[in-house]
Amino acid sequence: MSTDAIAIPRTELAARPIVARLHEWVTTVDHKRLGILYIIYALVFLVIGGIEATVIRIQLIRPHNDFVSPQVFNRMFTMHGTTMIFFVVMPVLFGFANYLVPLMIGARDMAFPRLNAFSFWMTAFGGLLLYFSLVGANGLYGAGNAPDVGWFAYAPLTSRTFSVGHSTDFWTLALLVSGFGSIGTAINIIATILCMRCPGMTLAKMPLFAWLNLVMAGLVILAVSPLTAAQIMLLVDRYLGGHFFDTQAGGSAVMWMHFFWIFGHPEVYVLILPAFAFASEIIPVFSRKPIFGYSVMVGATVAIGFISMSVWAHHMFTVGMGANVNTFFVISTMAIAVPTGIKIFNWLATMWGGKIEFKTPMLFCIAFLFQFLAAGLTGVMLGVAPFNWQLGNSYFVIAHFHYVIVGGILFALFGAFYYWFPKMSGKMYSETLGKLHFWLFLIGFHLTFDFMHIPGLLGMPRRIYTYEPGRGWDTWNLIVTIGVFFQAAGILVFLGNLLWSNFRGEAAGSDPWDAWTLEWSTNSPPPEYNFYTIPAVESRRPLWDLKHPDDPDSKYE
Amino acid sequence: MQLAKWISRPKFGVENLNPLSVVQMFLVVFWSMAAVADSAAPSMSPTNIFAPASTPAESIFGLSLFVLAVTGAIFVVVFILLAYAVVKFRKSAGDDGREPPQVYGSNQVELAWTVIPVLIVVALFMATARVIATVQKVSVPNKAIAVTAIGHQFWWEYRYPGLGVVTANELHVPVSDPGHPTPTFIKLLSADTDHSFWVPRLAGKTDLIPNHPNSMWIDPQETGVYLGQCAQYCGTQHAKMLLRIYVQSRDDFDRWIQAQRQPVSVSAAASQGQRIFETTACINCHTVAGTPANGRFGPDLTHLMSRDTIAAGAASNTAENLRLWILNPNAIKPGSLMPAMELNDQDLDALTAYLETLR
Repeated sequence: MSTDAIAIPRTELAARPIVARLHEWVTTVDHKRLGILYIIYALVFLVIGGIEATVIRIQLIRPHNDFVSPQVFNRMFTMHGTTMIFFVVMPVLFGFANYLVPLMIGARDMAFPRLNAFSFWMTAFGGLLLYFSLVGANGLYGAGNAPDVGWFAYAPLTSRTFSVGHSTDFWTLALLVSGFGSIGTAINIIATILCMRCPGMTLAKMPLFAWLNLVMAGLVILAVSPLTAAQIMLLVDRYLGGHFFDTQAGGSAVMWMHFFWIFGHPEVYVLILPAFAFASEIIPVFSRKPIFGYSVMVGATVAIGFISMSVWAHHMFTVGMGANVNTFFVISTMAIAVPTGIKIFNWLATMWGGKIEFKTPMLFCIAFLFQFLAAGLTGVMLGVAPFNWQLGNSYFVIAHFHYVIVGGILFALFGAFYYWFPKMSGKMYSETLGKLHFWLFLIGFHLTFDFMHIPGLLGMPRRIYTYEPGRGWDTWNLIVTIGVFFQAAGILVFLGNLLWSNFRGEAAGSDPWDAWTLEWSTNSPPPEYNFYTIPAVESRRPLWDLKHPDDPDSKYE
Repeated sequence: MQLAKWISRPKFGVENLNPLSVVQMFLVVFWSMAAVADSAAPSMSPTNIFAPASTPAESIFGLSLFVLAVTGAIFVVVFILLAYAVVKFRKSAGDDGREPPQVYGSNQVELAWTVIPVLIVVALFMATARVIATVQKVSVPNKAIAVTAIGHQFWWEYRYPGLGVVTANELHVPVSDPGHPTPTFIKLLSADTDHSFWVPRLAGKTDLIPNHPNSMWIDPQETGVYLGQCAQYCGTQHAKMLLRIYVQSRDDFDRWIQAQRQPVSVSAAASQGQRIFETTACINCHTVAGTPANGRFGPDLTHLMSRDTIAAGAASNTAENLRLWILNPNAIKPGSLMPAMELNDQDLDALTAYLETLR
């Protein structure tokens, strides 16, 4: 039985004037269009954040370099971190969740389409607000400057004593506004998954993608709320004479750290769980086997969700919390390695005995597995409090979390781009360009982030705009900077591939990967209402059941 | 077919792996880590964390080797399994197009790879807890030297409360003989924003946070200069807030203390420079003990010329650099909080000459 049987022929619409089409995009409440808006918005900021990273790396290419001033350098790393976390990775993951969750669970839209649009525009305006600081932060147009307090903006550097002008206000307000957007989307994802599943899809029959995004959305609500509260407290300090974090009036700098990291560490899992979601969909399809240990994967996800709420102070081992508190956060931090390890083993077992096809999405997922393994193990090293006293705030930490965010999340994300691009655009991407992107980015990633660990071990702290010669850091920094250009080339190939394929690519058909989840049962791109009739499912792989009516999964679950 | 699906279990290579080879792998990793660390003496970098010279750094070093060995072994084993799976189970060129056996999971296997990591975590945790106690749960011995380090934007103030000495940016401590230990206990305070005290060869870092006094200790066992720098972003010039610790023999240290206690003696030749110092903004921020200058915002200059560097290690302490620093601090350290003094050449020379008498 062909799956195309339930696909609907597309009707050709006459081209409408561009203003009308733009108006449709701006006023849309369709989850697919909002998903694409999120993704495009994140790609724009990815380029901006990437340029900031390049400036940072050129400045550090040799000791005592003077490519930029210390003031500019400090703004660059603040904007790079804030942009990449809040305006690239979060939106792009929300974009994929928005686009795919309703399709995967057989729904016609998200639970609250208007909230969805509202949330997107809040996030979008948050990003614009952050960058408006470049013209508006010092009161006079054109005289402003970007925030320079670092992406975790430790008190009391953010107080009006140490941060004059309005750059910190733009930072605070940008996160406040986009935070409301994130919470809105999280509520929407949870409501959609809990209430909008198609007939037959019990929680235990949902694709893992939906499970991971459900836990992610729960974490967003728990993590972003304290951050939002802290931003409001900071604004009260700055403008209403509050003393929450104002140390000169008896406030507590350590309290800001707690507020920030009770957000900051679950945030890491907010970002990595969707990456796990991509891997959990892509690896089975390209290994031609179902995910190994579905229920254990779900359990591990929920466990990660809970444990991730109790590990935040491992960012504060050098703050002087005392031996007992440090010891507690060592064990809670190490505990999270167990469910994460289980996930890696289950992906390994999914590939084991399969027939692995090295298409671009799978290449990125395989690299993700290796790199995430390394990132997890350096994470264990950092979780060892005494080792952290040496490694914390050094380039080792920078290398570690870029291994997580680039080597883990971004690689899985690129896999997702190539995997679902045919569904979203209806066109097939260029496999040659995809593989070129993969290899360029792989080489660049390893040049940059493998070698970045070493200056950290040799005592190089983060956030320094220059460094002294004779510390043994020079060669490593040179290699690290060279890698950046490979990565930039890879990104250009990637963007070129997306654009070229979108306009010139071959038609992809509704199910190019011979996959098993519901999004592949409808047209590419899906019609506005997603499904001609709401599907009913009997197993976790409804399209496998359709394609193998003699031996459906529903017999075994 | 259905039966086949239930019965066919993946051929797990783990079962075929000789336990001995795992141990061998572990040893190889451990040995190579140790070799790396051993060769990584201070020659590789004066701030190498793998070249410890004081008990806290040594305890961390020992623990880090254990952690590196365990995580390294895990990495090697899982890496090989992943690489094996990717190579072995790739789709062959002449594939028949049929789907491979569909395997849904196995509780025994899941249990195995849950229990083994749990055991590893417990072992790592025990080792860690012990080192935390070694470093953090220590009482201050009688012979300890007490120092208060105060972080400022962007320099370090050091006070020896028991010895009546105040200095800046270059900390002097006595060497600690393991037989008769004379450790130095450092109380860490901040005058403004957060800073972090990190001299990798002596100890891990500890933050200096306003309203949150911290402490740390070192017992360096070899004389010499140990380098480090501020490790918590503290503002524009975070990068040039360098740490220099001079570990001296007990006699040298006592002599240094004696010299630092001497009041300043100004020669008549430098009186013009002294007048300029005391009638311009200099005295708002700097102290020269025994003169009217008693500012606290900047470094104490009473024994300025006993230091090797100025501007928190940003430049060596030469007459030329001193003159440039007074003329335009931004030329050495852009964003430093010292203002440019706008003096004419004559006054600048006189002032520099005065500072050069502060020995």
